[in-house]
Amino acid sequence: MKKSGKKRRGGPLAREAQLTGWLFISPMVLGFTLLLLFPMGKALYMSFMDWPLLGEHSFVGLENYRNIATDEVFWKVFGNTFYFTAGLVPFNIVLALMLALLLSKSMKGIGFFRTAIFVPVMTSLIVWSIVWKYMFATDSGLINQLLLMFNIEGPAWLYNEKLAMPAVIITSVLKNVGLNMVLFIAALQQVPRSLYEAAMLDGAGKTKSFFNVTLPMITPTVFLTVVMTVIGSLKVFGQIYVMTQGGPSNSTKVLVYYIWEKAFKLFQMGYASALAFVLFFVVLVLTLLQWQLRKRWVFNESDT
Amino acid sequence: MKATPDFRARKALSAAGVYAALTAISLVMLVPFLWMLSTSFKEPQAIFTYPPQLFPSTFKWENYVDVFSLIPFERFYFNSVYISLVVVVGTVFFASLAGYAFAKIPFWGRNVVFLVLLSAMMIPHEVTAIPMFLFMRDLNWIDTHLPLILLPIFGAGGVFGIFVMRQFFITVPTELEEAAMIDGCNRFRIYWQIMLPIAKPGMATLTIFTFVTVWNEFFDPLIFINTRELMTLPLGLSLFTDEVGTSWHYLMSATVMATVPLLLVFFMAQKRFIEGVAMTGLKE
Repeated sequence: MKKSGKKRRGGPLAREAQLTGWLFISPMVLGFTLLLLFPMGKALYMSFMDWPLLGEHSFVGLENYRNIATDEVFWKVFGNTFYFTAGLVPFNIVLALMLALLLSKSMKGIGFFRTAIFVPVMTSLIVWSIVWKYMFATDSGLINQLLLMFNIEGPAWLYNEKLAMPAVIITSVLKNVGLNMVLFIAALQQVPRSLYEAAMLDGAGKTKSFFNVTLPMITPTVFLTVVMTVIGSLKVFGQIYVMTQGGPSNSTKVLVYYIWEKAFKLFQMGYASALAFVLFFVVLVLTLLQWQLRKRWVFNESDT
Repeated sequence: MKATPDFRARKALSAAGVYAALTAISLVMLVPFLWMLSTSFKEPQAIFTYPPQLFPSTFKWENYVDVFSLIPFERFYFNSVYISLVVVVGTVFFASLAGYAFAKIPFWGRNVVFLVLLSAMMIPHEVTAIPMFLFMRDLNWIDTHLPLILLPIFGAGGVFGIFVMRQFFITVPTELEEAAMIDGCNRFRIYWQIMLPIAKPGMATLTIFTFVTVWNEFFDPLIFINTRELMTLPLGLSLFTDEVGTSWHYLMSATVMATVPLLLVFFMAQKRFIEGVAMTGLKE
């Protein structure tokens, strides 16, 4: 605790501030404690228990975690989640950055392009996934019908172990690339014009000033966006649920889908809690990494 | 700067390239919507016709009517609208109240509590969902709308709201409050009559954000709701997908009806929304 108040006065005003301050935050703090903090603790406790929905709960120590380590499906799921993330993040970030570069200067029709790319962000994930399930449909889907025009017999995208995940990745990139684009445009517009002018005077061309001015200036935003996109990808669920239900033969079963299945279909609440903590741990590490690196960047920024 | 003809030609060429690339990506984004609209009017057999028709030969408006006899679509709609509205009002009220206190009232423990709230934002929802399910079952709240309303207001969504509103209130000069206090206003009146009107842009951002998040929420309805009549649009639509299989004309009519109103709202509030995303996204 550094400063709990700028003016330390013992008068009635200070006492009033204590009371109203706590009064104003109390609904949120109470709700937060009941609906977030307490369940968090209980989830940790449950992860050390055998906890079927009905019947006896018993303490099993680290057994759930040990079972995870030897669970073949878990490692498959873990690999799939990694595959999804590694496929989506670079694709999404590079595309978003390119679009932001094209759409950050004023040009004719800029509003239309920005809106078109942003509309999927506004659309419900479930609706977007249903529509793309239809786009990827084997016989009636638009993609295969267009391929047929070039005399190519399209594959059964969502029923093919090798193609289902890429199809889901494409769907997800298109859904969210507009969001990152908007963040990048905002960052690009923050770069002072004087820097470009200085670079031009020094004889730097377009490519050079991109790598030496633009990129360093927007690195903090890019990094933040990467971390947020990674965390979002690790939690992918809705599009998998709608498009593939984790299939074919577990090839698109991801971590949150597995947690949901264990907890709410098979009712192995203890095991599912332990799985959820694996997710929490990964997210925690990423968030701490982000904080650490952000501190360094803020320092660097004031340095230059 | 004077451009030589050669330079101008190159510039025009690269501009053409930029427009081609942007048009291509815009098409990829918009064609699914056109395709959805087109299919929603098609006869079932027209869906499988090759080559694909963007304009159906006959418009079958009945698809839209039939959807209502297949699923309680109007109930899904009603549930989504009213749950979203209640959550928006609740979140904006409680989050702005707390955000104001965190920004302007010097009380003991303020910084610590705020830090705890913020760090809890990184708890994945999936972790707390399991104990929450058991908790709601003990309260007999499974298959009611209470979890769908209370969890977003007081969970991570609410904390995010506090954060947004606090950032906003911090920029308001303190003199304003001090003057009001000398006039004998109590804190709640200051908050209600002076601060809230100033905070309208912040509230608008939070409103749009919360509305879109709740409207699209899928995981919570999936675990807490079983009865069809109580489902929200995303859950109802996903169930409908399982039921009708490849009756895409019905499915697309339903998705058109689910999407169009939200997109209209978006077009009206577009500028503010995109600004809000840029602002909050960067500060997060």
